Amino acid sequence: MHFQGKANKVGDHIDTDAIIPARCLVTTDPFELGQNCMAGLETDWIKRVSPGDLMVAGKNFGCGSSREHAPIAILGAGIPAVIAHSFARIFYRNGFNMGLVLLELGEKVEQISDGDRLEVKALEGEIFNHSTGATIHSLPVPEFMAEILARGGLINYVREKVG
Amino acid sequence: MGKNLAEKILQRYCSEEIKKPGQIVPCRVSLVLANDITAPLAIDSFRKMGATKVFDTAKIALVCDHFTPNKDIASAEQVKKVRLFAREMGIVHYFEGGNSGVEHALLPELGLVGPGDVVIGADSHTCTYGGLGAFATGMGSTDIAAAMALGETWFKVPETIRVNIHGDLGRYTTAKDLILNLIGRIKVDGALYKAIEFSGPILERLDTEARMTMANMAIEAGGKAGLFPSDQITVEYCREHGRKEADLLKSDDDAAYALNLDMDVSGMAPQVACPHLPDNVHSVEDLEEIRVDQVVLGSCTNGRISDLREAAQIIRNNKVDQNVRFIVIPATPGIYSQALEEGLLEIFMRAGAVIGPPTCGPCLGGHMGILAAGEKCLATTNRNFKGRMGSLESEVYLGSPYVAAATAVAGRIIHPERL
Repeated sequence: MHFQGKANKVGDHIDTDAIIPARCLVTTDPFELGQNCMAGLETDWIKRVSPGDLMVAGKNFGCGSSREHAPIAILGAGIPAVIAHSFARIFYRNGFNMGLVLLELGEKVEQISDGDRLEVKALEGEIFNHSTGATIHSLPVPEFMAEILARGGLINYVREKVG
Repeated sequence: MGKNLAEKILQRYCSEEIKKPGQIVPCRVSLVLANDITAPLAIDSFRKMGATKVFDTAKIALVCDHFTPNKDIASAEQVKKVRLFAREMGIVHYFEGGNSGVEHALLPELGLVGPGDVVIGADSHTCTYGGLGAFATGMGSTDIAAAMALGETWFKVPETIRVNIHGDLGRYTTAKDLILNLIGRIKVDGALYKAIEFSGPILERLDTEARMTMANMAIEAGGKAGLFPSDQITVEYCREHGRKEADLLKSDDDAAYALNLDMDVSGMAPQVACPHLPDNVHSVEDLEEIRVDQVVLGSCTNGRISDLREAAQIIRNNKVDQNVRFIVIPATPGIYSQALEEGLLEIFMRAGAVIGPPTCGPCLGGHMGILAAGEKCLATTNRNFKGRMGSLESEVYLGSPYVAAATAVAGRIIHPERL
């Protein structure tokens, strides 16, 4: 899992109503949800993003509701990974389950500015910032979560158990 | 080393020995829950997993409560999908229409959750059942789908923050004020990944509904669960709600905690969380010039009969301010009919309130009380994120039923004793 893209920075405590407002939850379609990604933060936020871009956030990203529509909307917007100071618990679990890469950096997230060109090696937890030349290491992904991610999400993981 | 409440309850459903926080363990579940927003995704995931039947038709609850009565064609289609799935699978606890209400008020009322249970729900306020001594937590739809198929899930054993609450409660200071005050202290990520265990002499003063109000908002501090020990008050509640068995559960004396917090609540005024985070908490006296356009009394936090009774005490013999829409939403049909019987609904109507059917509705900006740009609302709900109840330029203040009712009468935020 290797991504390259532009960093789109957002702040602390970005809640799931900001990621995808409740009024948009009348569908489960990833494309439709993706069109409204971050609509609760800023109208037309999605227009500043190109597919393949990365989201970079502050503390407690994804706090609030359990809606899985939130990671689906981010993926639907063409964003394959979120890098943050920290994540809210339910969102963290949902992200991995949906196959969205989540990397936790703590204070080191300050080493990334809006618009920086990033290269991410997800499973190694390594981020190379082309704009500054710095390499940043994320906190290690728990082994169990890495296994789910490696199988492409929880659905595949359970399918093997059910089968 | 003894076990705290979270570890003790999880151990009842886990075959591995629970040794310490951080340990990842498989765990059976006593109830799995989803609603009209989260169940459709769970059903998709369930099918993709190749599952063809649920693990136990009596241990799954599907509650249509968020956009119901269906607000538009798209939400009607979602409910239809849930209904057809419930029929196909033979789900016993399916709720829609006249038997449905706000899930976290409904399931305890029906005796479907109780002390020592492990409950997971595709709704972040599933933690409400901690008020009854259940380990209950929110997850996403796909985790819920896996549990519907397998009857088990996995947990990281959480660290626990123990809060010792003591002191004398003021006339208008309630469970809502205690939890808002706590969130104001520890902030919206203060309990991230952790359980909060409530303890101390104040527990004797809190009935089960009050405890559920507090456990409900544990998630607003990032908490995985909010836990109360189960005692005679819990046993009595369970008995009244048709649940025969109710174990007494408390943490061991030598249990370990990540943090011990002490809260003296003597002299605490009613608390209000200001926009746009639940931790932006102030004493009501500091906010008394703020005029509001709408007041909402309801939700899984404060839509129960005790909440309606408190608000009615204030509203009785008063009129709702002419510039305020006061929306009252009894959380379940049971609460609605109880309020009708007690004459509470008449009190609200005579004062000029609007009474809605049981629904989550305005709390999440779904329907039945959406805010325009520039409007302000004081609500007894649980979240005041930007745009939560409507326009991105609207504002939500969170408070207790007493403060809500007083604010509806005064047209501005006010301490109930100054009305």
